[in-house]
Amino acid sequence: MTTSLIGARVTRKEDYRFLTGAGQYTDDVALPGQTYAAFVRSPHAHANIRKINIDKAKKAPGVIAVYTGADLAAAKVGGLPCGWLITDVKGQPMKEPPYPSLAQGKVRHVGERVAVVIADTATQAKDAAELIEVDYQTLPAVVNPAKAKSGPALHDIAPDNTCYVWAIGDKNAVDAAFAKAAHVTKLDLVNNRLVPNAIEPRSANAVYSRAEDGYTLYVASQNPHVERLLMTAFVLGLPENKVRVVAPDVGGGFGSKIYLYAEDVVVTWASRQLARPVKWTSERSEAFVSDAHGRDHVTTAELALDKDGTFLAMKVRTTANLGAYLSTFASCIPTILYATLLAGQYRTPAIYCEVTAVFTNTTPVDAYRGAGRPEATYVVERLVETAAREMKMDPAELRRKNFIRQFPYQTPVALCYDTGNYEATLDAAMKIADVAGFKERREQSLRKGKLRGLGYACYIEACGIAPSNVAGSLGARAGLFEAGEIRVHPTGTVTVFTGSHSHGQGHETTFAQVVADRLGLSIEQVDIVHGDTSKVLFGMGTYGSRSLAVGGTAIVKALDKIIAKGKKIAAHLLEASEGDIEYDKGVFKVAGTDKKKMFGEVAFAAYVPHNYPLDKLEPGLNENAFYDPANFTFPAGSYVCEVEVDRDTGASQVVAFTAVDDFGKVINPMIVEGQVHGGLAQGIGQALTEGCKYDETGQLVTGSLADYCLPRANDLPLFKIDTRETPCTHNPLGVKGCGEAGAIGAPAAVMNAITDALGVKDVPMPATAQTVWRAMHRA
Amino acid sequence: MTVKVSMKVNGKPVSGEIEERTLLVAFIRENLRLTGTHVGCDTAQCGACTVQMNGKAIKSCSIVAMQAEGADILTIEGVAHADGTLHPMQAAFKENHGLQCGFCTPGMVMNALDFARNHPSPTEQEVRESLEGNLCRCTGYHNIVKSIMAGARAMAASK
Amino acid sequence: MHAFQYHRPSSTKDALSLATSKSEGRYLAGGQSLVQAMKLRLSSPSDLIDLGTLKDLSGIKASGSAIEIGAMTRHAEVAHSAEVRKAIPSLAALAAMIGDRQVRHMGTIGGSLANSDPAADYPAAVLALNATLTTHKRKIPGDQFFKGLYETALEPGELITSVSFQAPKRGAYMKFRNPASRFAMVGVYVADFGSGNVRVGVTGAGPSAFRQTEMEKALSSRFAPESVASIKVKPDGLNNDLHASPEYRAHLITVMAKRAVEAALK
Repeated sequence: MTTSLIGARVTRKEDYRFLTGAGQYTDDVALPGQTYAAFVRSPHAHANIRKINIDKAKKAPGVIAVYTGADLAAAKVGGLPCGWLITDVKGQPMKEPPYPSLAQGKVRHVGERVAVVIADTATQAKDAAELIEVDYQTLPAVVNPAKAKSGPALHDIAPDNTCYVWAIGDKNAVDAAFAKAAHVTKLDLVNNRLVPNAIEPRSANAVYSRAEDGYTLYVASQNPHVERLLMTAFVLGLPENKVRVVAPDVGGGFGSKIYLYAEDVVVTWASRQLARPVKWTSERSEAFVSDAHGRDHVTTAELALDKDGTFLAMKVRTTANLGAYLSTFASCIPTILYATLLAGQYRTPAIYCEVTAVFTNTTPVDAYRGAGRPEATYVVERLVETAAREMKMDPAELRRKNFIRQFPYQTPVALCYDTGNYEATLDAAMKIADVAGFKERREQSLRKGKLRGLGYACYIEACGIAPSNVAGSLGARAGLFEAGEIRVHPTGTVTVFTGSHSHGQGHETTFAQVVADRLGLSIEQVDIVHGDTSKVLFGMGTYGSRSLAVGGTAIVKALDKIIAKGKKIAAHLLEASEGDIEYDKGVFKVAGTDKKKMFGEVAFAAYVPHNYPLDKLEPGLNENAFYDPANFTFPAGSYVCEVEVDRDTGASQVVAFTAVDDFGKVINPMIVEGQVHGGLAQGIGQALTEGCKYDETGQLVTGSLADYCLPRANDLPLFKIDTRETPCTHNPLGVKGCGEAGAIGAPAAVMNAITDALGVKDVPMPATAQTVWRAMHRA
Repeated sequence: MTVKVSMKVNGKPVSGEIEERTLLVAFIRENLRLTGTHVGCDTAQCGACTVQMNGKAIKSCSIVAMQAEGADILTIEGVAHADGTLHPMQAAFKENHGLQCGFCTPGMVMNALDFARNHPSPTEQEVRESLEGNLCRCTGYHNIVKSIMAGARAMAASK
Repeated sequence: MHAFQYHRPSSTKDALSLATSKSEGRYLAGGQSLVQAMKLRLSSPSDLIDLGTLKDLSGIKASGSAIEIGAMTRHAEVAHSAEVRKAIPSLAALAAMIGDRQVRHMGTIGGSLANSDPAADYPAAVLALNATLTTHKRKIPGDQFFKGLYETALEPGELITSVSFQAPKRGAYMKFRNPASRFAMVGVYVADFGSGNVRVGVTGAGPSAFRQTEMEKALSSRFAPESVASIKVKPDGLNNDLHASPEYRAHLITVMAKRAVEAALK
């Protein structure tokens, strides 16, 4: 290969199967003797279960088994674990109430699982589930996180519904800075609850083999090894070596498929009771009440500035709604992944943030695309824009004035940014967005009866949580490394095994580019395998925009070992000393000569070791590596959004959106652009259309796609996007991560544009037509 | 109670004994094991189940299989050429990165094929409107719109 | 979906006699609302009588100043019909706004009207275009058809066979969509038949479609946007949901009516 594959717009290897209907998603897997599960779910937000009558269901056609919480308790099936222990302001561990897979005497949110029916067909299971009679004693419910403390207690262990009160930063320094501030900007913000809504609903299909005394679970998961670890070690008490977890093609995740879910546990456990495969596939309406939700913060935030607009301090108080139970990573989202990002791109010398995390009678809340970082960016960027308006300063100039310019930069909230150039992305974004021409566009819009507004957001993100020991000291109950393996075949083609998992990200292409480029192979000569614990050595999976920075680096580390061994083989073949062998893109060369061996020849020699230093070197060419990063990566970017608001109806449309991101080195710009587009759509969705609503009794009002509004093609513009590069300093690829950026930066940019258009301080998200109309008439 | 249903799927006559309440999508996925047609919602918003019935894009989750008795059904598995070469619309999706997780993709392609036949050179706005019945959560539609515009032109050119 | 018996009658007569014998049965037109409701187990008929193969229920005829549309005519056929586009272009435009492409290929005018979803589009046209619904046994004036939330003048087993719309001199339908479902949150159809005869049909706003007589009066004296722009609609009795309060809907009726008049004048 003469041209580099790094930075090339390579079309995706995975596309053919998806475009021809040959993708294999979990629900596409049908096993011999397949049975189907249907769950009976609570219609109440809070209730004691007096009695469950399963007699009629058991006798219904096709029914094989019916289980309730009592069956799981008798079998000593454990509760779902939480993967991150937060220690509160008093040094006490967070409250961790039991999270049963099937309710134990009480239900705490609409949609909680009460019983499961397993039948020969999915329809029979659903029919029989309707015959189960549950006698509920309903209890008062609490839904609003701001009212949780005084609401009816969900769990005995937390009588005030408080999981923890946690804080970060120097409160005294912040108070002192506020005392001498020339200006204080204060905002009360709600970060609206979202439902992730990957278009593929969750699905799990478990089979137990008596012959092997082993299980195989096919599951729509973002991290099959973690799913296996949690399920075997903490819930079912099974030996890990007897459980294979396969996450085949997965139709989007956005965080919602990170977690160990009760349905996965139940079908796995049941598959052994029945010695038949048991499949459950979520219906969309089930997904709305059982997939972990995202966001749901209520925040009061203040920014102190001196008279010139220099930031002095920031003070943030947030109540985070965790829902009824602790989902797998729920506890670290509003703390470790939120408050640590409050410095944003700015030299704010003192920051204090206090987070109260509460239980309510709602579906559990966990990471959703961005996970804590969109909430932090929303706080910072709404504050900064509002401060600029209040102080009659240009919002871009106020940002510039406070940008961090020296790296590494230690923030007052724990993180240490390794690199960045915030001015560069802001300059580029303003140019592409033609900010200079905005005034004229505003006039044009006004002539059509539309109010036009412009808003900025300059976000920072922390990707690839790391290193493991630091995360461990902060409460992580898992490692945060990644694993990779390079298996070179005798003829020199390569299979790569990665612990990352692709559910749309295109790893099969991007990772192949990295490997093919380094080995001088064509992209077709490299295959990427992921998502199967029986094939991949280990993996922490894909979330938090970590795959290339952590998983990709593990592959590079394994490549380093391949090449090191290859040099030894080449030295032998070329009758040179190992120290004289140079390597570049598939060619081993004796330095200063034209003597060389191609990668394929070296591989062949390793597998047909006739002329081979067997006394010093093992045959074969197969290496693996585990990589634990030294730090997070810190992607950052500048977004400029323009909206038009219909003065008569309040309907808002994003008419232009510019995003300039710094993701470090870019391997495949086409794929990176796609990730940004998708993130922006979800961020604009949060700002304009998406809002999960419960009524006061805890009934989900937005329980289907006919009520909960996902953005459609017509709701979005063509995006203008570009990148700037400051390579990450601590991984060999120089990459940072691009999966969440759009969702992190977009909400603040859109809402800054809407408030600009209307000339008001705040409009709640989602800024639906009615919400904006009300804001206009209040103003 | 089961009944017999017969239709043509991807050019081949098929039939099956099904419960009367079987949706067309269930017949396609479960009886015929053509799993490229997907189910993404239960309220007819997402369009992942889109197939063509007698040349027109419809949502196979929104009719019972018996309504397709005698019909000519085309699913995503029947779109590529017999030798496996992608149809110009499929190729346009690949070239323009019009798919990520791939789950909504079959429905997008099946709708786009029907749309493009009547719109050989569609505008961006026309394409966006044509996607009223298809949801994608990955791409922000940006590259889907570009794919369909390119695919429509390629289809017109190959006529 | 609960179990049901499926029937494919070979004639309208057979369909009617099936409906008589199966009291818990339902006609199946396009199925775009009924099948959805059945999937969610919100509707569980004992029998489905599929009208899909009854050719005599489908088709579009222009006669004088009216357009007659067979009950089983799909929305897409109405949208693309040369006759409709010529005689009542605003009706073709309305049909092109229903649901989405896929839904328009299956959904039928008869099915939509018999279902009388409060947010469906056609009811606004029935009222504004002074339509007459023909059933197997009688003619029902459009003004007397909608009786309330999902309630119509149809008797059990009564089958709509066609709908006849009067062509106005000019008219337009303006729809403000529910962002999630894409049904009409408020839809207003304004039709000017000349000689001071203006009709205004509103859908999406109330339990069923209704005529806005105050606007009709104002537009009858002067067919101009200003005639309706200042009319304040009372929110009493209008629908209330997550996406729109009665007050907001009332406001939207005025805005959509004004825009419909503007469009009709173009």
